Amino acid sequence: MLEVQNLTKDYENKPLLKGVSFEVGKGELVCLLGSSGSGKSTILRIIAGLEEPKSGTVLWEGRDLRDVPTHKRGFGLMFQDYALFPHKTVAQNIAFGLQMQGLKEEEISRRVKESLESIRMQSFADRPVTELSGGEQQRVALARALAPSPNLLMLDEPLGALDHTLRTQLIQELRAILHQSQIPVIYVTHDREEAFGLADRLVILHDGIILQQGSPMELFEQPSTPWVAEFLGLGNLVNGVVTQLKPLQIKLPFTELTLPGLPLELSEGQACQVLLRPEDALIAPTNSAGENYFECIVRDSLFMGEYFQLELLCSQTTLFARSETPAKVGSRLGVSWPADKIQVFPK
Amino acid sequence: MTKRPALLTLALWLIPLAFLAYFFYQPLIAIFRVVFSERFSQGWEFFEWSQVSRPLSFTFFQATLSTLLTLLVGLPAAWLFAKFDFPGRKGLRSISLLPFILPTVVVAAAFNTLIGPQGWINQALMALFNLNAPPLKLLNSLPAILMAHVFYNTSIIIRIVSSSWSRLNPRLEHAARLLGATPWQAFTKVTLPLLAPSLLSASLLVFLFDFTSFGVVLMLGGPQFSTIEVEIYNQAMNRFNLPVAGLLSVIQLGITLLVTLLQNRVNTPRYGKAALNPEKSALSRPAKRWQKIFVFFMVICLILLFAVPVVSLITRSFVTLEADRGQRGEVEVGLTLRYYRELFQNRSRSIFYVPPIEAIRNSLLYSGVAILIAGLLGLLTAYALAQRARFNKLLEPLFMLPLGASAVTLGLGFLLIFNRPPWANSRFPLMIPIAHSLIALPFVVRTILPAIRSIPESLREASRTLGANPLQVLLKVDLPIVLRSLLVSLVFAFTISLGEFGATSFLSNPHAPTIPVAIYRYISQPGALNYGQALAMSSLLLLVCGLGSILIEKIRLPGEELF
Repeated sequence: MLEVQNLTKDYENKPLLKGVSFEVGKGELVCLLGSSGSGKSTILRIIAGLEEPKSGTVLWEGRDLRDVPTHKRGFGLMFQDYALFPHKTVAQNIAFGLQMQGLKEEEISRRVKESLESIRMQSFADRPVTELSGGEQQRVALARALAPSPNLLMLDEPLGALDHTLRTQLIQELRAILHQSQIPVIYVTHDREEAFGLADRLVILHDGIILQQGSPMELFEQPSTPWVAEFLGLGNLVNGVVTQLKPLQIKLPFTELTLPGLPLELSEGQACQVLLRPEDALIAPTNSAGENYFECIVRDSLFMGEYFQLELLCSQTTLFARSETPAKVGSRLGVSWPADKIQVFPK
Repeated sequence: MTKRPALLTLALWLIPLAFLAYFFYQPLIAIFRVVFSERFSQGWEFFEWSQVSRPLSFTFFQATLSTLLTLLVGLPAAWLFAKFDFPGRKGLRSISLLPFILPTVVVAAAFNTLIGPQGWINQALMALFNLNAPPLKLLNSLPAILMAHVFYNTSIIIRIVSSSWSRLNPRLEHAARLLGATPWQAFTKVTLPLLAPSLLSASLLVFLFDFTSFGVVLMLGGPQFSTIEVEIYNQAMNRFNLPVAGLLSVIQLGITLLVTLLQNRVNTPRYGKAALNPEKSALSRPAKRWQKIFVFFMVICLILLFAVPVVSLITRSFVTLEADRGQRGEVEVGLTLRYYRELFQNRSRSIFYVPPIEAIRNSLLYSGVAILIAGLLGLLTAYALAQRARFNKLLEPLFMLPLGASAVTLGLGFLLIFNRPPWANSRFPLMIPIAHSLIALPFVVRTILPAIRSIPESLREASRTLGANPLQVLLKVDLPIVLRSLLVSLVFAFTISLGEFGATSFLSNPHAPTIPVAIYRYISQPGALNYGQALAMSSLLLLVCGLGSILIEKIRLPGEELF
């Protein structure tokens, strides 16, 4: 439905977007994930028509939106600070978009009522929005954006200003409301928990380009770059050097890994990064053997509920590993990582 | 201990209250007494209701028209300053604030050099088409008054509206656009209602200034246009009909108070932080073509509006265009310093003639005394208001009332009470600096008070625990912090006093005029020399006020406003 092609944009004479392309399909919830300042909000503003790209196009059902002004695009945007009209009540805020469509009064009041019911705020209709709490404002802003049934809904860090407990609760609510509405959604956030909890598809923005996109599971299992792996918090990234190709051997600061043939173009002496996921670690007693076995010192052992998180010092490098049993801080410990679970990123 | 602040506050109030009671409320009451006493019944014999209704309706008419025209220019200008970044923005903003510190006689003289019979436009047309008389009769017309009012008050609209506009969250308008509003709908349904308080407050302030405008109307409107203020002056000074003048003053005072109350009411911020822009700057370079055209057009308009009268005044004061009296026909055109040199010479043998240099000397003397009084009273009043005492709420309006009473009303009241020694001593009429200090007092208090309030009590407490006695606390803690604003307020009071015309026109001795009174006198007399001298003095006054405002900009703390 929505196609974004090769968007570029400068900010204060420096390139902010360097050719961003992605699509949003019918009823799809796409999460645009990136660190703050990566230009996520700018992409939304360009799609909304509030800003013009330096180059690139935004297509809706194949039609170029270049000359379509904001108010004729029929896209909803929920702002990070909600931007509720302070001179209007809750009901008047929600009614605004319906009034702009020129609907009849009865129709408007009926739909405002429905909308208030969907966010369970019927009794708030005539309250001034300036008296609402953060969570209430967030719900009114969502209801206002959804009321005119937009073709596309964009949410700019909608949970950014709220505290953690409220966020987890609202993610569930949002998920229910958004999936029910069947409207395609672009959801911008820098929080991976939010993104994993909501998205049908994740789009990762870094340094002005889309690094990777795919379902949360795809990204989790096959991060395309070390940056994605690190940003998603997938595990330990260790620098290494290829010492031998067949069988593939990679030298890390504290051990040498042997890996089965990977579909990667590597050459001898090439620098690379290795992803060692904590949940794949196999804890073993010292002086035992196993695939890619090495020994290290336990720096810390944290009880996380279902497992213990161990902080291990292997010569100069710190690694995290999950263990079913606690380990004594300061003791030596053997660890091994199964070769088929290790991912290599050539540099 | 709880009683001490109350006692201290009372002591602080004592001098300012006594001063105000004697020099402000006494004359005010005198005006009321004149209006309602039997003694002046001879004045009432010839009273016709039209003597009041005619100036009253004209005042409303011109003030409304002036305010609407000012909004017409000021709103796009406010938008320009609120939204756009362009080369020369800062300079233009400074120029746009210039009218605020210009005395009315200077503005009137400046417009005279533009559209008057001896002004640039008429002289140019006469030279071009070889005419014997000035073709444009714009002086003494309604358009002249309106032009000067727009020149004067556009800066108020710009200052108040553009600052609240630039602080308005731009996302509110964006949200409206996304909900299907056209740019015009977004403006009328979201931006305009949110701007309404500051827009209304600025408009009322402009209306108030237009309503009480005196010098501009007197000097540019001519005899056929009489506002309430001018009519008070006419009735009191030309017809000696004090009851009618008093009645007009009372009506005027009532209306100004009403408008001021209304203005204070609408001025209260309503939505708190909700409507504020979370980001620092919302300025952007004009990107679209229509924006570029708008910015370009608006900048040209504002330069024309603000710079042309000022430049016209200064240049005209250095140019001879017309023959002197008695030398008709021999026109010499050229640059000259003659008008400035003549300021120091006594040419005319008329007994009413006073060399301009004496007017300058008088003005400097009066202003010097005025700022001493205003500074002292202002400090005491500000300190009293800064105390947390319950009766401050009652006393504060008493002090802001002099702001509501017009200078002309004050002049009339002084004329009734203090037109006797020692106040009207012919060598040094003390009532003039006192009147000036009353006019400047509210500005002084408003400038100093925020500085005093900004001093955290803990600072004083800390210095007391470190061994400072109350006097040392005052000298070592308060003074350094308050000094800056005190200086600002004194410079401001000085320019107010130098340019004061309304009250002074009632009080100045014919033999000892101030600069504005002398300008008014010279400019209305025939002859190129008189005209030139009026312009030379106006230019000097302009220079002093300009320097004053630069000084204020330099020493005031950033963020302090002079309203």
